[in-house]
Amino acid sequence: MTTMPVRGSRRTPGAVRRGLRRNLTAYGFLCGALICFAFFSWYPMVREFLLSFQKTNFVGPAQWVGLDNFQTVIEDSAFGPAWVNTAMFTGMALIVGYAVPFAAAIVLNELRHAKAYLRFVVYLPVMLPPAVAVLLFKWFYDPGAGLFNEILSVVHLPGLSWLDSTSTALISLVLVSTWMNLGTGTLIYLAALQSIPSELYEAAELDGAGLFKRVWHVTIPQTKLILLVMLLLQIVATMQVFIEPYLLTGGGPENATVTVAYLMYQYAFSFGNFGGGGALGLMLMLVLMVFSTIYLRVSRDNQI
Amino acid sequence: MKPRNLAILLSAGLALAAAGCGSGSGSTPDAKSSQGSAAPANAPVSITVGCQPPKSNPKERSEWDADVASFQKLHPNITIVSKDAFPCIVPETFQAKLAGGEMEDMYYVYYTDAQKIIAAGQAADISPYINSITTLKDIRPDVMSIFKSGDKVYGLPRTNYSTGLVYNRKLFTQAGLNPDTPPTTWAEVQAAAKKIAAIGPGYVGYGEYSAGNTGGWHFTSALYGRGGEVVGPDGKTAAFNSPQGKAVLDNLKTMRWTDNSMGTKQLLRWEDLMRMMGSGKLGMMIGAPDVVQAVNNDFKGKFDDYGVAALPEATTSLSGGDGYMFNPKATPDQIKAGLQWLEYRFLTPGQGQFNYERAKADGLPVGLPTTDLYGTAAPGIKMNELRTQFATVPVEHFKSYVDGAAKVQFKLEPPKAQEIYAVLDTAMSAILTRQDANIDQLLSDAEKKVNSVLAKSS
Repeated sequence: MTTMPVRGSRRTPGAVRRGLRRNLTAYGFLCGALICFAFFSWYPMVREFLLSFQKTNFVGPAQWVGLDNFQTVIEDSAFGPAWVNTAMFTGMALIVGYAVPFAAAIVLNELRHAKAYLRFVVYLPVMLPPAVAVLLFKWFYDPGAGLFNEILSVVHLPGLSWLDSTSTALISLVLVSTWMNLGTGTLIYLAALQSIPSELYEAAELDGAGLFKRVWHVTIPQTKLILLVMLLLQIVATMQVFIEPYLLTGGGPENATVTVAYLMYQYAFSFGNFGGGGALGLMLMLVLMVFSTIYLRVSRDNQI
Repeated sequence: MKPRNLAILLSAGLALAAAGCGSGSGSTPDAKSSQGSAAPANAPVSITVGCQPPKSNPKERSEWDADVASFQKLHPNITIVSKDAFPCIVPETFQAKLAGGEMEDMYYVYYTDAQKIIAAGQAADISPYINSITTLKDIRPDVMSIFKSGDKVYGLPRTNYSTGLVYNRKLFTQAGLNPDTPPTTWAEVQAAAKKIAAIGPGYVGYGEYSAGNTGGWHFTSALYGRGGEVVGPDGKTAAFNSPQGKAVLDNLKTMRWTDNSMGTKQLLRWEDLMRMMGSGKLGMMIGAPDVVQAVNNDFKGKFDDYGVAALPEATTSLSGGDGYMFNPKATPDQIKAGLQWLEYRFLTPGQGQFNYERAKADGLPVGLPTTDLYGTAAPGIKMNELRTQFATVPVEHFKSYVDGAAKVQFKLEPPKAQEIYAVLDTAMSAILTRQDANIDQLLSDAEKKVNSVLAKSS
């Protein structure tokens, strides 16, 4: 029996050199990315993992404390509210922040005029630095002379306390978040909508389908995949909500807007307890990993 | 939302830590060579010092630079390497700088952080070296206690002030109140706040913090003023669920909901009240003369429009201020050199920060009572004479505060201050945002939580 040589299994040094030279630029770019990821993502992640089991003052050697940091944060009175608020924020952000950009994309897609202008207007908030956008809402939400209560008074409705009430503070943060991210979501959905063959809509129209039936029977099935991916990405992103409670409410009133990421910040930077912050970060990461894994599986199965 | 912001913040901090991993002692490369071994008396020594005024503050910066030059002339073996930053310390970078070996040999701290830093072992024990400071025995003992743990000393003060009542004199006049006789009781504060709020929409009689741990901080100020305690003498149990604690919240509740004199917008933090004070719409707040300075410098207020009174009814007051501590990696020679610089620049009447004649000539504000380091000891008397002699701000606007400060006992922040403040924020935000808030319930809940915090720390 003879053995067939496997093609390409043994390359001559010349071929390797040629291959290297041909792909040198690609390797160069890859190295840059690898270094950046290693330094700014993977190394901090490893350090954070280690920190969550350590007590350190960053001067002397760190002490291993087992699960003490986890116990400390779990026993914190803000721990429960932080997870509940994070889950509620994520839930509300999905209901509001997921549906609104999709609806906006459908409307933009249906428009015949001023499409580019409106697309620009919708995307405009994304161009604002997040801190500026959030602080803008601080003024909008002012219960005294804020824009929203002024609008309510024009239509003879009573003003709301917005950020100052435990019942409206969290949803107020969701609105800020939705407004800030509306542009990105809308553009992604719009791109997906524009890839749907127009024949499908024409056929549906010939069958007498109205707008809602067209959306239900054509648009949604055709964009199912991108909707699923966006759903997972949004869950991962919104569960890390930080800047809104940090800048607008400081976690209040009465812990109504304290989130896991905000509590993490409190531990690390206000209390100087990096171990506690690390423990919270690790817990959040484990939860997010579940959604990230689903996302990766969906992406791989559908080759996104 | 930008979900990666926190990740970036933490990553940047940890990246700094990573950068420092290989550098060992960072700014003190020759630490080992000089530690333990007796260096010649005039051996060259270089120290990095934090909180040089930023370039955006050219007058103060040039005074600092001039002081460095003249100090180095006096001590040719010492090199001061100034590090500027504004603000001088932020929690986000403090730990990262320490971890990365980038922390100055002599670094700036607020009183709020001093005990936390000492407990974490992040400051050097300077007890063996401080006797070189000529005025050491004159520094107020209550001020020195901020930088002490047991018998050991870990730092020295730069400024010091007690908490008082900052008020807008212009609004007092507008409301028909006499700005020269500010309120001396909480009942008078309440009445004045009501009158100021009645000026018109947007006017707030009395402002108070309730978010980002600042609410807990001011609850402590008000509580101390009324003679209450945040923690018991053993430091293991909460002590604010007391008649004084209830009085603090009850007073706020009345002003907020019965009198409507605290405005509708709550969850306020430091910059919010500064902005309101600067815009001339806020009548009163708990604060110290540094508030007037901040409002004048950064929030478009004018010195002339503000005054500071003693904290109403107070016999004790939460102390505020800042100072310097030393990096645990600093060598004995660096600590000695740093102390000489501290004495030269920050502790000697007539020179450095107390060179009021120069400050006046440079057009800097002079006269704010923010440096009560010595009380009635000789350097304190000298310093006050100079401050009054070269004053450019109306010192009479701070007379009530100065008179009151001489009588009150300064008090330190409680142990685990930030954790406790975070808990007390809840009670403060509840009182100011919920009309039906139950004071007894709030204090009782907060007490349980703080007891749990203290139990863990002990």
